[in-house]
Amino acid sequence: MTKTNDQDGRKMRIAHQFISALPHARALGMEIVDIRDGEAVVRMPYDERLIGDPETKVVHGGAVSALMDTCCGAAVMAHPAALGSTATIDLRIDYMRSATPGQAITTTATCYHVTKSVAFVRAVAVDDDEERPVASATGAFTVVEA
Amino acid sequence: MAKRPEPVQVVKQRRDGVLQSLVAGVPYINFMGIQIDRRGDELTGVLPYADMLIGNPMLPALHGGATAAFLEVTAIIELSWVLLWQDMEAGREVDGTTFKMPKTIDFTVDYLRSGLPRDAYARAKVNRYGRRYASVNVEAWQDNRDRPFAQATGHFLLS
Repeated sequence: MTKTNDQDGRKMRIAHQFISALPHARALGMEIVDIRDGEAVVRMPYDERLIGDPETKVVHGGAVSALMDTCCGAAVMAHPAALGSTATIDLRIDYMRSATPGQAITTTATCYHVTKSVAFVRAVAVDDDEERPVASATGAFTVVEA
Repeated sequence: MAKRPEPVQVVKQRRDGVLQSLVAGVPYINFMGIQIDRRGDELTGVLPYADMLIGNPMLPALHGGATAAFLEVTAIIELSWVLLWQDMEAGREVDGTTFKMPKTIDFTVDYLRSGLPRDAYARAKVNRYGRRYASVNVEAWQDNRDRPFAQATGHFLLS
């Protein structure tokens, strides 16, 4: 039990270092909420600089893409078979509805299959209304074996 | 008698004005530092290098999310431009600030090689648009136009 907690603590530290070492993730104000084997939760607070539609004040899809990509990458790096760095091979994002202005967007990514060289990841993004996702994503990422 | 062509300044002012009205009001485009270069009807997205665009400081390489965002911005501006072009050229009143921006339905990015820490360029092509939906391809490169580092296809909802 203690061992698991130690491991969790270590992972959280790695995760925080991971985000703070990514200049673009930092610029967008992202923070890691949770991270465990092959899974990551990353939050991006609402920021007026990220508005894509001045009329509705909705955050630009590009910022949501950056959040999805970061979260999926973090999930891959947290997978036991893939410690090390990763790169995105491809990422598809479905925009299901506009995120509500003023609310943070939280993404949860899961590695649903990992081979020697590729991690297959899916992610879902929500705002305060967690029942109705804002966007979902699927992607393939490179794996550098541990 | 054939109509005389408009003076070049009038044409340039009109087109640059409309383009400016599409781009200037969007905070995120400004945040990313993206510029749109126009030659005739052809638009090129320009992403000048900035440290905050880095995703992997070890390589260093551009953040995949920054690349995706750059592609998406370029695709949306190109699509809006194509949608406004006819009205604009016919001399009808066109204002990018009141124009309803296309909404992204989905966006798929292929990462072909890592983005280097230098300026990037992108051009989009509208494959097709109807009354409600549009399909757009977009490609980004850095030093060499023939060696794109990322490409994407997106679908958009028009209103």
